[in-house]
Amino acid sequence: MLKIQNLHARVEGKDILRGLDLQIGPGEVHAIMGPNGSGKSTLGHVLAGRPGYEVTDGSVTYRGEDLLAMDTEERARSGVFLAFQYPVEIPGVSNMEFLKASVDAVRESRGDAALDAVTFMKRAREACKAADLPVDFLKRGVNEGFSGGEKKRNELIQMMLLEPSLCLLDETDSGLDIDALQVVAKGVNSLRDGKRSFVLVTHYQRLLNYIEPDHVHVLAGGRIVRSGDKSLALDLEERGYAWLEDEVA
Amino acid sequence: MSQEVIDSRIGKEYSAGFITDIESDTLPPGLDEDVIRFISQKKGEPEWLLEWRLEAYRGWCEMEAPEWAHVDFPPVDYNALSYYSSPKNMKDGPKSLDEVDPELLATYEKLGIPLHEQEMLAGVAVDAVFDSVSVATTFREKLAEAGVIFCPISEAVHEYPELVRKYLGSVVPRRDNFYAALNSAVFSDGSFVYIPKGVRCPMELSTYFRINEAKTGQFERTLIVADEGSHVSYLEGCTAPMRDENQLHAAVVELVALDDAKIKYSTVQNWYPGDAEGKGGIYNFVTKRGVAHRNSKISWTQVETGSAITWKYPSCVLRGDNSVGEFYSVALTNNRQQADTGTKMIHLGKNTKSTIISKGISAGKSSNAYRGLVRMSPRADGARNYTQCDSLLIGDRCAAHTFPYIESRNPGAVVEHEATTSKVSDDQLYLCQQRGLDAEKAVSMIVNGFCKEVFRELPMEFAVEAGKLLEVSLEGSVG
Repeated sequence: MLKIQNLHARVEGKDILRGLDLQIGPGEVHAIMGPNGSGKSTLGHVLAGRPGYEVTDGSVTYRGEDLLAMDTEERARSGVFLAFQYPVEIPGVSNMEFLKASVDAVRESRGDAALDAVTFMKRAREACKAADLPVDFLKRGVNEGFSGGEKKRNELIQMMLLEPSLCLLDETDSGLDIDALQVVAKGVNSLRDGKRSFVLVTHYQRLLNYIEPDHVHVLAGGRIVRSGDKSLALDLEERGYAWLEDEVA
Repeated sequence: MSQEVIDSRIGKEYSAGFITDIESDTLPPGLDEDVIRFISQKKGEPEWLLEWRLEAYRGWCEMEAPEWAHVDFPPVDYNALSYYSSPKNMKDGPKSLDEVDPELLATYEKLGIPLHEQEMLAGVAVDAVFDSVSVATTFREKLAEAGVIFCPISEAVHEYPELVRKYLGSVVPRRDNFYAALNSAVFSDGSFVYIPKGVRCPMELSTYFRINEAKTGQFERTLIVADEGSHVSYLEGCTAPMRDENQLHAAVVELVALDDAKIKYSTVQNWYPGDAEGKGGIYNFVTKRGVAHRNSKISWTQVETGSAITWKYPSCVLRGDNSVGEFYSVALTNNRQQADTGTKMIHLGKNTKSTIISKGISAGKSSNAYRGLVRMSPRADGARNYTQCDSLLIGDRCAAHTFPYIESRNPGAVVEHEATTSKVSDDQLYLCQQRGLDAEKAVSMIVNGFCKEVFRELPMEFAVEAGKLLEVSLEGSVG
C-alpha cells in the first residue's frame, strides 16, 4: 500500500523528517507515537501534500505510484485521506454542499458517476448516525462554530463518505472526551475491511485501547527509532519517551 | 425642432466624416441641445419632457464629474460618444445564436444559462432592452389583467403621461449628480412599472439590459411606482459583449414605494470587465434610489461582478414613519477591475429601519471599495441601522477599502456598524484540496459561502446564476 524510504522533509527552513522509513500493507493499522516536535504531524502533511512542506530527499510509493509527484487533490482523489488535528472553518459553506462536492470530485476522478441526491443523502445520514450527530449537522457551515469534538466527528463523516484507501489520522484523539473517543474509534473500526490501511498519529496509548494497531512505531528526531506490536504502546505509556531517546542517542 | 434641422444636423456630422450606421440608426458622436432635441423628436415626446431634458442638460453643463470615488480612469470625452442608437427593427439583430460572438456564448455556457435565455441575452429574442430601445416586454397581457403596467418608459410617456410626469425625477432630481443629469438629458429608454393599490404583482418582472453597439453610451431610465399596499419584485440582469474600447453606462433607477408598499429590486450585473490588463470594459456609473413612504419597504439586492469601473450606490430615502430599507450586495473585482459601491440610507421618518449587508471580494490586481452613508435626521426618533461590511481578499495584489459615513442628528437613533476583512486562507484551501477539490473549485466554494447571506435574498433562479457567475469571474485568480 505505502512504502516510505529515507524521507527527509523541511518546513519553514527547518529539517523535521530526517530519514524516515515505513512500510504499510493493505488492511494494516499502524500507530505512530512520539514526543512533541518529533515530526508526527509533519509526516501526515507530507503524505497529504500540504503546500510549504518540502521533501528534500527520499521517496514515497503509494499503490505502486510516486506519491510525491502527485498534487494535493490528486492524492486525495486516489484515496489518501487526512483527518486533521485542527480542522478549519469554512463559513457559509454547508457541510452537505462540501461533502457532495468532495464525493463528486473523488468519484469523477475514479470514473464513477456522481451519486444522485437520494443515494448521497442516505449515505450522509448513515455517516451522521455513525458519528452520533443529528442529521441537521449537514446543514451547518463546515466546522463553523463546532466544538472540538464535533470537528473530529465531522472528519469521521468525511472519511466515511469519501471511502479512502489510506487513512491518516492526525491526533484525532486530542481534545476528545471518552464518549466521543469511543464514537470515533467505533467509526474507524467499522471502516476496517481488510484492505483499507490506517496510520494513527497519537500521543497517547488511550486511543489504541479502542483501535487495536498491528504495528506501533516511535518517531523521534524525524526518524522511526523503534517499532513493535501494541505492547510497545503500553511500555511507552508506562515509561514515557525519555528512555528511548536516551537509548537512541 | 423641425425635420430640416434634424436632417441638416445628421448631414453635417456625416459630411464631417462620421459614419451614421444606417443599419442601426446611430446618431453621430457629440452632445449639445440639438442632439437632445433630436432624441426627443425621434421619440415624439411631448414638449414638457423636451424642456425637462434641456433643463437637465443645462445643469449638467455646469457640473463636473465626481472625483471622490476610489477609482482611477482617464477623463471621458463626452463629445466622442454617440447618444442615440436604435435598431430599426429586430431583423437587424442576430437571427440566431449562430450569428453571435462565440466567446460570448462560451461565457453563457459556463454560466449554465438555458438556451432560450442565451438567445435573449444575445439579443436574438425580443424580450430584452436591445441597445437603447425596449423592443418588447414579456407577459404584458397577464400583467394587464392585474392592472400592472410594465412597459418601455418611452411608451409610458405617451400612454400614462400623468404618472410619468408626476414621478419622473421625483426621487433622483435632474441635477442630482453629474451622471444622473447626463442621463436625464439624454436617456434613451428603460422600463416603467406601476403597481396599483393593493395589488401583488403576479410574477417577477425582469429585464435584461444589453449594450450592443460599439461606442454608444447607454442611458437607461427606470421608474417603478408601487402604489399603496402593493408588492413587486423586479429583476435586472446585465451583460455586454466584449469590446476593446471602454463603454459608458449611466443609468438612473427611481423607486417609489407609497404607504404600505414593498419593492424588491435585484440586479445581477456581468458587464464586460475588460481584459486581464485592464483594456476595455464598461464604465458603470449608475444612480439608483428609492423613496419609502409610511410602513413601506424597499430592498436592493445586487451581485456585481462585471464592469471595468463600478460607481453605484443604490439608496433608500426612508421618508415615511416605520419604513424599512435594505441593501444586500456582493461586489467582486478581479484582474484590473475597480469598484466603488455601497449605499445610502437616509432616515427621515420615525422608527425607520435599515439593514446593510455588503460583501466585497477582491482578486487579481483589483480594487474594491465599500462606501456607505447612514444619516439619521432629527425627526427620526427610534430609527435603527445595522451595517455589516465584510471584505474577502484573494491573493496579495488586490485591495479592499471601507468608507462608512455615519451622520446622526438624533440622539435616540441606533447605528451599528460591523466590518471584517479576511483572506481565503491557505488552510481552507488545503482542507478542500485534501478532500479532492481543485483550487479553483475550492475558492469558488469559499467565496460562495462568504456571500451566502446576500445570495439567499435573491430570487431562486438568480441565486444559482449568481453563484456560477462568481465561479466564472474568479477564473484564473488562483494558482
